[in-house]
Formats: sequence, structure tokens, C-alpha cells
Amino acid sequence: PHAGPAESKNEAAMSELVPEPRQKPIVPMKPTGINTNLLGYIGIDTIIEQMRKKTMKTGFDFNIMVVGQSGLGKSTLVNTLFKSQVSRKSSGWNREEKIPKTVEIKAIGHVIEEGGVKMKLTVIDTPGFGDQINNENCWEPIEKYINEQYEKFLKEEVNIARKKRIPDTRVHCCLYFISPTGHSLRPLDLEFMKHLSKVVNIIPVIAKADTMTLEEKTEFKQRVRKELEVNGIEFYPQKEFDEDLEDKTENDKIRQESMPFAVVGSDKEYQVNGKRVLGRKTPWGIIEVENLTHCEFALLRDFVIRTHLQDLKEVTHNIHYETYRAKRLNDNGGLPPMTVETEENHESNL
Amino acid sequence: QNDGYRTLSLSGHVGFASLPDQLVKKSIKQGFCFNILCIGETGSGKSTLINSLFNTNFDDPVSTHFLPSVRLRAQTYELQESNVLLKLTIVNTVGFGDQMNKEDNYRPIVDYIDAQFEAYLQEELKVKRSLFSYHDTRIHVCLYFISPTGHSLKSLDLLTMKRLDSKVNIIPIIGKADSISKTELQNFKNKIMNELINNDIQIYQFPTDDETVSEINTIMNGHLPFAVVGSMEEVKIGNKTVRARRYPWGIVQVENENHCDFVKLRKMLICTNMEDLREQTHVRHYELYRRCRLEEMGFRDIDPENGTVSLQEAIEAERQEFHLELRRKKEEIRQEFVQRMKEKDAILKEAKQQLQTEFEHRMLMLKEARLKLEEMEKGLEDEIAMFIHKKANAELLQSQSTFSTPALSLKRDKDRK
Repeated sequence: PHAGPAESKNEAAMSELVPEPRQKPIVPMKPTGINTNLLGYIGIDTIIEQMRKKTMKTGFDFNIMVVGQSGLGKSTLVNTLFKSQVSRKSSGWNREEKIPKTVEIKAIGHVIEEGGVKMKLTVIDTPGFGDQINNENCWEPIEKYINEQYEKFLKEEVNIARKKRIPDTRVHCCLYFISPTGHSLRPLDLEFMKHLSKVVNIIPVIAKADTMTLEEKTEFKQRVRKELEVNGIEFYPQKEFDEDLEDKTENDKIRQESMPFAVVGSDKEYQVNGKRVLGRKTPWGIIEVENLTHCEFALLRDFVIRTHLQDLKEVTHNIHYETYRAKRLNDNGGLPPMTVETEENHESNL
Repeated sequence: QNDGYRTLSLSGHVGFASLPDQLVKKSIKQGFCFNILCIGETGSGKSTLINSLFNTNFDDPVSTHFLPSVRLRAQTYELQESNVLLKLTIVNTVGFGDQMNKEDNYRPIVDYIDAQFEAYLQEELKVKRSLFSYHDTRIHVCLYFISPTGHSLKSLDLLTMKRLDSKVNIIPIIGKADSISKTELQNFKNKIMNELINNDIQIYQFPTDDETVSEINTIMNGHLPFAVVGSMEEVKIGNKTVRARRYPWGIVQVENENHCDFVKLRKMLICTNMEDLREQTHVRHYELYRRCRLEEMGFRDIDPENGTVSLQEAIEAERQEFHLELRRKKEEIRQEFVQRMKEKDAILKEAKQQLQTEFEHRMLMLKEARLKLEEMEKGLEDEIAMFIHKKANAELLQSQSTFSTPALSLKRDKDRK
């Protein structure tokens, strides 16, 4: 197109009206590291204490979800895990309550403190799961809830003026309760775990394990592990997220031997050998919950709370949340990086 | 403080008190980053101080006074102490305060700080991002070296610090403080602090909200700016070997708190508040940068009163507009194409028409020519016919004349023979 004299004059006039855009800062290349040896103590390692103090001041959030048919002992187990009445059943609901017609999501939050560490614990119960005659797609409300929490977090993160600490309601851990049939996993179990293992950390547990003998337990566990593997279900800790050899060795042992944990829960104490222990009293003996020869509750507790609590949160944040975010932004056309394209579009609207 | 949540007491040992340990363990695995920016005139003692702080010879070459503009030089080092791995980046201003006209001295510094924020922001806005393995280059602390004149702050100092106080944690330092006497020093410090307050320059305050450190931090806040002396030279005093500067009239010991504030600076900077400096950079300075930058681009948060839109919605709207624009342009191009096709079509049609006319014309000419030819042919045929007729007549006449003159017939017979 030929730019006649009239056109070029317009262009010149336009450039006078639009002010010079501010120079964008040039992003420099990353610097390279040079190894240097220190000649005397400086105190760099005190940063560990500094960090610890800061995190203790801010406190922690932890959100755990329990999924399984009613009557599998979910509420009791969670109460046993956190040694207090944290579950829905204990917060003013009664056992005579009717089983809901659809899957409901009920979240109860409490603040618990131990050793100076304050934790805001939220237990998310899913009554009605697997209890209907037709259970097709009964995981959908659960998946929806989990994604809603990611969405909530994303909305906060995308704000211009952001909160100092974004409240974290994302589900960090989902305990899936397997019925101790002794045979194999049910289709519902497989369907649920197949769908949800992609969006949340799933820890399968075998509930009410006091109905199986040791041999039955071992065989059942092996069968369940095999079935999960055959169906491509990656439960937590996922193989692909092992960070280094140390993690891999530790997690391999858990994945291949301990999981799924066969647990028994109880909030009642009995006297055994002069000690007060949590247990279940039967005519043939007292099942001690925290006794490793009786059931694997202690393993589950140590795994979830004492060693992998932070990792559960980090995998949720760094992987599941990021996956959700990336998908969401791609669907929406994305939050583009600060490229010239976006700015030009913006300027052309002026 | 508990957001309305009930507090429950535990009936036994659960074990989540190990949570900070789990977190720390992960952080150790990842390693830490700390980035220091040193601003000061050439020869104010920046490199020596950094060397002394970290007890390491960082091998920073001496620079001249004759550089045309301020440049920033960044070097990253990996230091390790017990199980802590630190990626330390030292950024030095080279040529600061040397030029005749120092008006723009602050600008490369501000640009550099902004560039680090920008890089982080870009990473944060990516669709597929990896923030937890991102090498953080944002400046966590700025050590501003004040010349030990003993009088007051220079106008360059005021100008630069004013430009930086909302972008970085500033700790003002009097470098080469061994040239000031103790009494002069306190006056100097007071004057500097007053000037900073009067000019509303926000320097970094050591945090006083945590009981364990609030006391020491409050005391230290009162000692600002730190008057420091740096040295890598080792001098034997008594039976100890210390870092010091040897003068004919005495030895200035770097780590002697009576001689200078070096120990205070090291304690505050590294042992007590390093994590807080990092946190403030991320939570305050970076957030401010991000907010300004996004607002600059025209985004607003959801505000029910003005009906402005959130960042995500705004970008969606822009995307819609962009697509509309794209569609419009596409339509435009399509129209143009159709137009051109039409034109070409018309031209072709015309050409075809011309050819047709030409063809018809030629056909006509051909026809005429044919007709002419036919006429000529006819004419010729007529002539031939006439000639034959004439010939026949002539022959007839001749045969009639033979019957009247026998001699002639004998002659004719002879001829015939």
C-alpha cells in the first residue's frame, strides 16, 4: 500500500500524542556460580533456626480428606490419628443420621497445637460415597470439591493486591478406605482411584484390619498392590516425584512393602501390661492400635504425620496445583508472559 | 487469630511438632539463596567489607575512577557451612559517584533491581512454571556505603536512597570508619539518621515482633548506620591472630566491638535476620513491584463499586478482543482477496471479450474474402463458359465454310493427316 503524503502526516501526528513507553528493564542472564571455601565460621547455618522460628510463628495448614463407604471406621481413624475429636462425627452429628442420597462434602476445621507448633487441621468427610445402589460417577462431587479448592487458591494468587498468606484449603492428602474383603479391589475402588490419583495425593488404607489374620493380610495387600499397578494407579508417594536416591529408597520400601496400610482405629483406652493403650476390646483379646504386631496404624501415623506431612503439602502445591493451573490457564487462553504482543494489543486499544 | 476455628487439645502425642523440621530438611536439600547489593563510591571499602563478612577472598578486581557511567557487576558464589549450602550473589556498583554529572547514577541500579523482579514475575506468570527450582536473583539487601566525611549525607546519597527505599531493604553503612574519631562518629550517625528521617527515607528496620530477637534488634536499630572497617590482613596481637589494619599509631581490629560495628553488622545481617530480609523482599518489595507492573498494564482487581475486573478476567477480555481483531483482520484480508479476484476476473473477461470481437471480425473478413473468391470463381467460370461457347461457335463457322470450298477441305484433310 502506498503511503500518500496525507497518511504519513497522520502517523507523525499520532506518535506525538502517544507518549514514549517506559523502557522495559532488560532481563540479564543468570550468573554462574564459583565455588569458594570459607576461612572461618560466619554463621550462615543459623538460617535454619531463623527459618524454623518464622514457620512456627505463622503456623501450618493441613487438609485431609477421608473417602470410603460408611461403616469402614473413617471417623474413628482420623480421631485416632490426631488424638482428638476432629472428625465430623464428633462435632455434633449423631450415628443415627441417615446416609445421604448423594455424596456430600463436609469439611470441619480445628486448631491443634503441639510442641509450640500450631496446625489448622481440616478433615473433609465424604458421606454417601459408595453407599447408593447406583454408584456410577460418585467420585464426581469429590473431584469437583478438590478442583474448587485449587480454583480458590488460583483466584487469590492472580489478584493484583495479594494477601500476605493465601489461605490454603487445598486437599493435601486423601485417605481411601478399602473394605477388608480379603479378595480384591472393587470396581468402585479402582474407578475412584484412577480418576482421583491424577488430582490429589491418594493414600489407600485397608480399614478394619482386625478382621484378617496376618497371612490373609499379607496376601490381600499383595493382591491390592498388584491390582493398583495393573490399573496404572499412582498412589502417594508417586514414583515420578522421588527427588533423589535417598527419597527413592525410602519410598520404594513403603510402596512395595508397607502400603496399603492395614489399620485399626480406636479412641478408647485400655490397661495392657500396666500401660494405658488405645485399643479395641474383644472376647478373644485386646487389639492394640499402636502395636505394630497388631496392625499398621503406627506406620500410617508416622508416614503421614511425622515424616511426610510437609512433602504431602509440597507435592500438592508444586505438582497437583500447578497441573490444575496450567490446564486452567490454557483453557482460558492463558495468562501470557509479559511479551510485547500483549502490550501492543493493549496500546492499540488506547 | 484462629479465624473462628475451635481449638482442640490433644489427648496424646501425635507427632506433627516435627513439621518445622520436615520443612527445614527440604529447604536444606534445595539450598538457600542470598543476594547482596553494594552501593558506594569507588574506594569506599565495599569489596574489602564483603570479603571480611564472609571471611573469603572473593577476588573482585579493583576498578578505576574513570568509568563513563555506573555499571553493575554481579558474581555468584557457592558457600557451604555445615550442611547449609548458600548461593551468595554479590552485586557491586562500579563507577558510582565518579562522574562529573551524577544525575543518572541511580538509574542503572533501579533498573537492575527491577530486572530481577521482572524475571521472577515472568516466571510466576508462565503457564508452565517451576518456581520451586527457580534461582532467585532478587536483591535481598542493599548495603549503602556512606563516605566517612563526618559531616552529613551527600545529595547523591539522599537521591539514590530515596529511589531505592521502596524497592529493596537498605542498610546504611559508614565505610572506612577508622578515619573518624569516636566522638565525631556518634554525631555523624545522629546527623545521618536525622537526615534520613527528614527526607522520609525508609531504611530497613530489624524486626522487633519476635520476643526472642526483639531486644537485640531494637538495640541494633539504635546503632544504625553501622560504622565498619574491613580487612583481610591478619595481625598477631598477643597470642591471637586477628583481622586488622595496622597503623603507626595502633592497630584497628575488625572484630573488636570497641573499634567498629563490624561484628554487629555480621550478626544482624547473617545470623539474626537473613531470613527476614529474604521474606521482606518477597512479601513487601516484590509484591509492590508486581502490583505496580500489573496496574501499569491496565489490570485491576475485582471491585464491586467500579465494576472493574480481575486480572484473569481482564486478560480473558483482552484475549476476546484480540480474537475479534484477528477475525476482523482476517475478514479484511478475505475481502481484499475477493476484490482482487473480481478485478482479475473483470480483466480476463474483457480480454476474452476483445478476443471474441477480434475473432468475429476475422471471421467476417474471412467470409468476405470467401465471397469475393466465390465471385471471382464464378466470374472465371462464366468466362470459361463464354470461351467454350465462343469456341463452339467458331468451330461451327469453320465447318460451314468447309462445305462451300472443297479445296479447303482437302487442305484440312491434309492438315488432319
